[in-house]
Amino acid sequence: MESINAKYVSQKISKTRWRPVQAASLHQPHCFATGSWDNETNHVCIWSVGETGMICEDDALEGDPQLLCDCKHGGDVLDLQFLDQDRLITASSTGAVTIYKLHANSQTLSVAHVWERAHHYQRASAPCTGVVCSSPDVVSVGEDGRVILYKADQRGIARVIENADSSTIHAVTFLRTTEVLTVNSIGQLKLWDFRQQGSEPAQILSLTGDRVPLHCVDRHPNQQHIVATGGQDGMLCIWDVRQGNMPFSLMEAHSAEMWEVHFHPSNPDHLFTCSEDGSLLHWETSSSSDTPSFLQSRNTSLISRSAAAPAGGNQSLISAWLNGDSSKGRLETTHMLPSQTLSVNSLDVLGQCLVCGTDGEAVYIHRRVPV
Amino acid sequence: MEEVDVEPSTTLIPGVGLRQKHVGFEWGPGDILVYETNFKLQGAGPAGPGGPSVHVVRKDEDIYSPILRKLFNESHHIFVGLQNIQEDLPSKNKKPQFVSISKNYRSVIRACMEELQQVAVSTRDASLIAQYGNQVSILLAIELIWNLCEVLFIDAAPAGILLLHLLDWVRLHKADVDEKARDVLQSDSPTHHHAYWEVVISFVLQGRMDEARQVLVKQANLQPASRPVYQLMDSLLQKMPIFNPGGTQTLTEFDVKWRHWHEECDRCLQDNSFASNRHLETICKILVGDEDTMLEHKELLGTWYHFLVSRLLFFHPTVKPSELHYYAQSSMDMFLDTRSAPEPLDSILLAAFEFDLHQVIKDCSIALNNWWFVAHLTDLLDHCKLLQSHNLHFGSNLREFLVLEYASGLFSHHSLWQLAVDYFDHCPEFGRVYLELQIERVPLETERKALKVLRICEQRQMNEQVRSICKIMAKRALSNNRLGSALSWSIRAKDAAFATLISERFLQDYCKRGSFSDLDLIDNLGPAMLLSDRLTFLGKYREFHRLYGETKFTEAAKLLLSLMTAKIAPRSFWMTLLTDALPLLEQKEVIFSVDQTHELMFCLEELTSDSSETAPERPAQDEDIETTKLELLRLALARNLAMAIVKEGTVEA
Repeated sequence: MESINAKYVSQKISKTRWRPVQAASLHQPHCFATGSWDNETNHVCIWSVGETGMICEDDALEGDPQLLCDCKHGGDVLDLQFLDQDRLITASSTGAVTIYKLHANSQTLSVAHVWERAHHYQRASAPCTGVVCSSPDVVSVGEDGRVILYKADQRGIARVIENADSSTIHAVTFLRTTEVLTVNSIGQLKLWDFRQQGSEPAQILSLTGDRVPLHCVDRHPNQQHIVATGGQDGMLCIWDVRQGNMPFSLMEAHSAEMWEVHFHPSNPDHLFTCSEDGSLLHWETSSSSDTPSFLQSRNTSLISRSAAAPAGGNQSLISAWLNGDSSKGRLETTHMLPSQTLSVNSLDVLGQCLVCGTDGEAVYIHRRVPV
Repeated sequence: MEEVDVEPSTTLIPGVGLRQKHVGFEWGPGDILVYETNFKLQGAGPAGPGGPSVHVVRKDEDIYSPILRKLFNESHHIFVGLQNIQEDLPSKNKKPQFVSISKNYRSVIRACMEELQQVAVSTRDASLIAQYGNQVSILLAIELIWNLCEVLFIDAAPAGILLLHLLDWVRLHKADVDEKARDVLQSDSPTHHHAYWEVVISFVLQGRMDEARQVLVKQANLQPASRPVYQLMDSLLQKMPIFNPGGTQTLTEFDVKWRHWHEECDRCLQDNSFASNRHLETICKILVGDEDTMLEHKELLGTWYHFLVSRLLFFHPTVKPSELHYYAQSSMDMFLDTRSAPEPLDSILLAAFEFDLHQVIKDCSIALNNWWFVAHLTDLLDHCKLLQSHNLHFGSNLREFLVLEYASGLFSHHSLWQLAVDYFDHCPEFGRVYLELQIERVPLETERKALKVLRICEQRQMNEQVRSICKIMAKRALSNNRLGSALSWSIRAKDAAFATLISERFLQDYCKRGSFSDLDLIDNLGPAMLLSDRLTFLGKYREFHRLYGETKFTEAAKLLLSLMTAKIAPRSFWMTLLTDALPLLEQKEVIFSVDQTHELMFCLEELTSDSSETAPERPAQDEDIETTKLELLRLALARNLAMAIVKEGTVEA
C-alpha cells in the first residue's frame, strides 16, 4: 500500500491510459493520459510520473504526477486509447472521434484530426461510447448502435455497419486484425468480421437468464479466443468465443457496475477490474503446472484442438482462466485501493505500474504491482 | 424572523437597472436568476420591454475554482471516513481519532493554501493575483480558527497542557520569525544585523527559549566583558520550567517551581543586574510578565492573540480553560485601538476563547460566503458530542442544517453533485427528501451518467426516482428510434406499461413493413419477455416465424393457436394471425387437427361477430379486402376440417 500515490486533479476522471513505452526498452511507463467528464469544459491531460531512478529532493514528491500538457475536449471523454507513442484517440459524448498528437519536443497536445458526428441519430448526435485501435485501424461504437471503421491516416470513414445493434453498444475490442467483439446493453457479445460484407454479426453470445447489460470487454493478450466481460451487476465473466453460448466462468466481483476489465498485457494470469462501488480488484489465478511461463506457447490454437492428449505439460497451455472456479481456491483477489472511494471509472496497467481515476477527482498510481 | 445580524451588502449587477425598471428575481438552489421586468420604477408611464437577458447571480464562486475543488474532494473523503468510525469504539477512546481527523482537515486546508500561493506567484494576471490573494487569506483565517477550535474544544486540554497547545498554535501561525532568524544567522555578522534583537525577543515571546539562547550566545561570545550578564540571562532562560505532560510532575509541583523561577527573575530585575544592557533588561521584564514591555513590541507580536498567549506564558502558565475568556477580552482591549471596530476574525476568536461555540459558528456563517467550513467543523464538533442538540425553528438540528445547506450548494455544481449525495446520506432527518428532490434534476446527457444516477437511487431504494429516470431515458431512446435501448431501460425500471408501448411499436413496424426490425433483440429477450403481455406476445410471435422458417410446422401451428386461445395476442392482431395460419391450412398434409381447426373457426367467429357490432367507417376498398380474406379463411378452414376428419377417422393399415 505504501507505493500508492494519490493526486487530486480537480476534474472527474473518466479514462486513464499509460503511454506505451518503446518496445525495446525495459523501462516502466512514466507517462499517462487522462480524460475528464462532467465538467463545463473537459480536458485531455498528459501527466508524467518521473522515472523511479530519478533523484528527487523530496522523497514525498517522487511518484507525484506532474501535468505536462492538456487540451480542451468537446464533450465528455467516454473512451481514450493510445494509437502509438505520439497519438491518442478519444471518443466523445458529442459523437466525435478525435485524434490528438503529442508533440514530444514542445510538450504540447493538439488536435490532429476530428471525425465530427461520427455517431448520430436522425436529428441529434449520439455519444460515442468506445473506441479501440490496432494501428492503423480504428473502430468506434456508440449509443446509436453503429460500428464504424476508420483508418488512422485517412480523413474519411472507411466503413460503417449501420444498425449493428438495436441497443447501446458499450465497448469494443479487437479479437484478430479483422475481427472485433462488441458488448451491448442487453447483455450480448457480438463478433463482427470485417472481411464479410453486410451488417450481420458473425456470432452472437449471451448469458441465458437475465439480460444484464455488459459494460466492458477485454481480450486475453496471448489467447485470442478468451475474453473477459464485466456487467452492470458487477459480475465478471470469462468467455471462450469458439465454444458455444455460455460463459466459461462467472464470478461475483463487485456490488455495482464494473466499468473496466483488463488482463495484464505481459502476465495474463493477472486481471484487474474496477467498479462504480469504488473498489479496484486484482485477480490472480495460478496455473496448476510447474512449467515456466515462457514455455507456454503463444499460438495455442493448434494445441488446444488436440486437448485430448493429456500429456502433463499441456494442461498449462490451456489458460488457467478457463479453469476459473473461485471456490477451488486457485483465484486470489486483492483490493488495490486503500479505502473506499467514489466510483473508480478507469484503470490501466503496464509492467508493474497501475493507474486509475475516480469520480472523487483523484488519480491513484501504484508503482509496484505484484505481478 | 428576528432582527438582521449584519447590514445586507449590495451587489451590483452589470447591465441591470439601466432602464429604470423594476428587477424581478427567482431563487435557485445555489444562485438567483435576475431579470428586468416591464414595470417602471416611478411614475405611471408606458411600460416598455425590459432587457432581454436573464442574469445568473452566484454567491459562491469558490466551488468553481479548480484549486479549491481539491479542498472539497479531499474533505469529502475525510467526512465519509469520520461518519464511519462511529460504530467501532466506545466514545472514551475516540478523542485521539477526532484530533487526528481534525488535523487531516487542517492539512488539507494548508495544502490548498500552499498551492494557491504557488499559483499566485506564477501568474501575471493582476485580477487573478488579487483573487488568489483573497482566497489565501480566507484559508489562513479558516485554518487559524479551526486550529483554535481543535485546541480548545476537540482536544479540550486541561490546565498546563492548554498553554502548550496554545503556544503551538501561535507558533504555527507566526512563521515569519523563522525566516527572520535565518536571515540574521546567515548574514556575515549576525550580531550587527538590525533584526538581531528582534529575533531574540520574538523567540522569547513565543516561549522558544533554547533558540533564543542559541542566538544570544553569539552576542555573548563577542563581548567577553559582559559575559557574566549574558550568562545570567542564559541561566534564567534555561531554568524556565516547562510543563511536561508525560512526566511525573503534577500541576501543583510545576506551579511551585514556576513561582520560584518567577521570583528569581523579579529579583534580577529589582537588582538592576541587567541595567548595563537595555535589551537584556527588556527580555527580563518580559520574563517577569510585564505587559507594558510586551505592548512596546506590538509589531513583533502582530496580533492580540499572540499577546494573549505570551501574557499567559509569563504570567499564568497554569491557566485553566474557564479563565481564558477574561484574559482574552483584556488582551484584545489592551492590544487593539478602541476606536476601530473589531474585525470579524477577532470576534470569532474571542467567542472561541469564551467557549461560546454557537457564536463562533454563527459568526463564521455570516463572514464566509461558503458553508464548507461551518458544515465540516460543526459536524466534527457534533461527533465529539460538544453541541447541545437543541432543535432549530425549522425542524432539524444545527449540524444537519449546515450540512444540508452545504450539500445543496454542491448539488448546483455541474460536477460536484456526486459528493453532495454522501452528505445527504448522513443527514438523518431531511437528507433523503433533499436527495430525492435534487437527484431527479441532474441533467442526463449520456447513458453512463444516467447509470450512475440510477445506481445512487437504487442503492437508497428511491423507486420513484428510478422509474422516472428510466422513463426519461426510455422515451428519449424511443424518439431516436433505438428500440433496444428503450426496452433495456424499461426492463431496468420494471416498467410494464412502457414495455407494452415498445412492443406495440415493433408490431406496428411489422405490420407496415412485413418483417421485423431488430431481430437480435426480439430473438434474445429471455426472461425479460415476461415483463409485459405484449412483449411476451412479440417474443412468441417471432418464435412462430422462426419455427415456420425452419419448417417445423406442427410446432408452429400449436404455438399460433395457443397465442389466440390463451389470449396473449391482442384482439387487433388476430386477423394477422389468422392470415398467417392460411399457408399452414393450405399445406398438402394436414397440420391442424380437428380440434385445432374447430378452435380456429371459433376464433374467427369471435372476431367477425365483434367487428360487425362496431360500425367501422372504412373505405369500400378495405371492406372488399376484408371480405375476401374472410372468405378465403372460411374456405381454407372448411377444407382443412374435412381433410382432418378424414385423416383422423382413417384406420392405419
